[in-house]
Amino acid sequence: MAVLEDVTSPPAAGLRPRGVSGREKWQRRLPLLPALIYTIVVTQVPFLVTLYYSFQNYFWNEPGGATWAGISNYKEVFTDPNFRSALWRSVTITALAVIFAMAIGIALAVLLDKKFIGRGIVRTLIITPFLVMPAAAALIWAGPMLDPNFGLLNYLLEPFGVNHVAWLTTHAYGSIIVVMVWQWTPFMTLIVLAGLQGQAQDSLEAARMDGANAWAIFRELTLPHLRPYIELGVLLGSIYLVNVFDQVRLMTNGGPGTSTTTLPFYIYQKVNYAFDIGGSAAAGVVTVVLTIIVASFALRLFARVFQFEEAQ
Amino acid sequence: MTAVTATDAPAQAPTAPKRSRRVREITGLAGWTVLGWVVGIAFFLPILWMFLTAFKPESSAETWPPKFTFSPTLAEFRLVFSGSTPVGPFIEHSAIATVGSTILVLVLALPASYALSIRPVGKWRDSLFFFISTKMLPIVAAIGPLYVIALKTHLLDSIWLLIILYAAMNLPLAIWMIRSFMLEVPTEMLEAARLDGAGRFREIGEVIMPVVSPGLVSTALICVIFAWNELFLALNLTVTNAATMPMFLISSVPQEGLYIAHLSAAATVASVPVILVGWIAQRSLVRGLSMGAIK
Repeated sequence: MAVLEDVTSPPAAGLRPRGVSGREKWQRRLPLLPALIYTIVVTQVPFLVTLYYSFQNYFWNEPGGATWAGISNYKEVFTDPNFRSALWRSVTITALAVIFAMAIGIALAVLLDKKFIGRGIVRTLIITPFLVMPAAAALIWAGPMLDPNFGLLNYLLEPFGVNHVAWLTTHAYGSIIVVMVWQWTPFMTLIVLAGLQGQAQDSLEAARMDGANAWAIFRELTLPHLRPYIELGVLLGSIYLVNVFDQVRLMTNGGPGTSTTTLPFYIYQKVNYAFDIGGSAAAGVVTVVLTIIVASFALRLFARVFQFEEAQ
Repeated sequence: MTAVTATDAPAQAPTAPKRSRRVREITGLAGWTVLGWVVGIAFFLPILWMFLTAFKPESSAETWPPKFTFSPTLAEFRLVFSGSTPVGPFIEHSAIATVGSTILVLVLALPASYALSIRPVGKWRDSLFFFISTKMLPIVAAIGPLYVIALKTHLLDSIWLLIILYAAMNLPLAIWMIRSFMLEVPTEMLEAARLDGAGRFREIGEVIMPVVSPGLVSTALICVIFAWNELFLALNLTVTNAATMPMFLISSVPQEGLYIAHLSAAATVASVPVILVGWIAQRSLVRGLSMGAIK
């Protein structure tokens, strides 16, 4: 049975580090240090370097090193309408993808919670999109699935009056979201399904005996029970999806125009097409500051989801 | 009168509703089965289409209406493995980066999880949340400077760089997940081992590892999935010496000419290993994806 485990609960009382000596303290710290130092060096140092370069003029394709630029890179970032629109697009594309993936994920989880023939196989089929390499998924959707001339989707939708739609030019933004949702719905399904299977059956049975209809039971009993699972799915899904790059790069290349340019793709372009390390660094720093603001809320939610407060 | 019907009713009740309940159950089962399979196949359809297209000759892959019957051929797979850009080196790079980073992750995460669960450090909570907070920092923000760092340390286009970065990417997940398995080691077992005078290493080898090792396997499998599928870092920081499978896929889309069957074959080769790993790890997938929050 699945339970939302109290992950951050303190270990058993007898093992708590209370009144331990200095030597013992270091003995306890020792196994943690390699991972801690590794993570600090590999994940924090690049951000310090980013901070440094954000005040430098540096184009990696040009000879000569970096020169002091003051805040000109930041000025450029804040006055660039493409940056603002990329930022806003990242927010909306993540939000829409997470919401749709979660809504469909809940529906699929309810379906997979029913007894039916071949349920295990269907469950396997449904989780497979999550396992497909995102680059492969993006290219398969862009070509064999969505192509205006020979794409499978146009063929399947033909009876409904859809005629050779060039999805990636006319509905680029929506197409990207569809692929993101297709890949991340299984993730939401698995998490919500774990929640459903952890629900106590007797209260549902009692409600049924009282004559409550299925929708009322779902709304009044199941959904509140699922809440922490849904929060967890939304949170983790957002962490991954906000960095969406593969689909944008491989399906639309940010276009048409800049209509699917998300923040990761914007920074990628600055580095790879404009060779602008300083500018990309400034955009990166702004992104990180915004992320920290959002993440501090997210971490609080995380702590609550993991019943962190209770553990204290 | 009322008294009579009241006593009559229960006598007849068991047979009729029982049958109708059976009927309801069977139609319910049939209904859910049909719906379940329709939804399952719909979700799987793009992958099925990829598999099918991979076995088509190139001329049958770009037709209207799409062809569902054709004589299957392995021609495109042959091209993938021994065409002008053979997939071999890409698979090799991906495999080294994936396995190498996963081993590094386990080596670092195992002692760290121990220090955050069984013999916890003082501020274990802060450490745990520090690890997870690094997952929230968008690596893309540092990609330009990362490129410069790689250039200056001569790690650009090197598999070592991918191993280092993929390990950092998967380490928080692994620590949270392995820790959740370690918390399952019964306290009594640890205490008993200590009373027996078992040293720390015997305690780890004889008490903790047997409980945790299935968890280590599923942790490793999840790290493998994420490392194998990673594109962004590979695309920015490698060219040829360390180019990985996702980059092979990009190279399989030419500027002109028919390519759909070739692409499908390449995408199939790229995806199948991870799909198989994921199917094997299915049971523990949800635990890994939720960072150990859901058993």
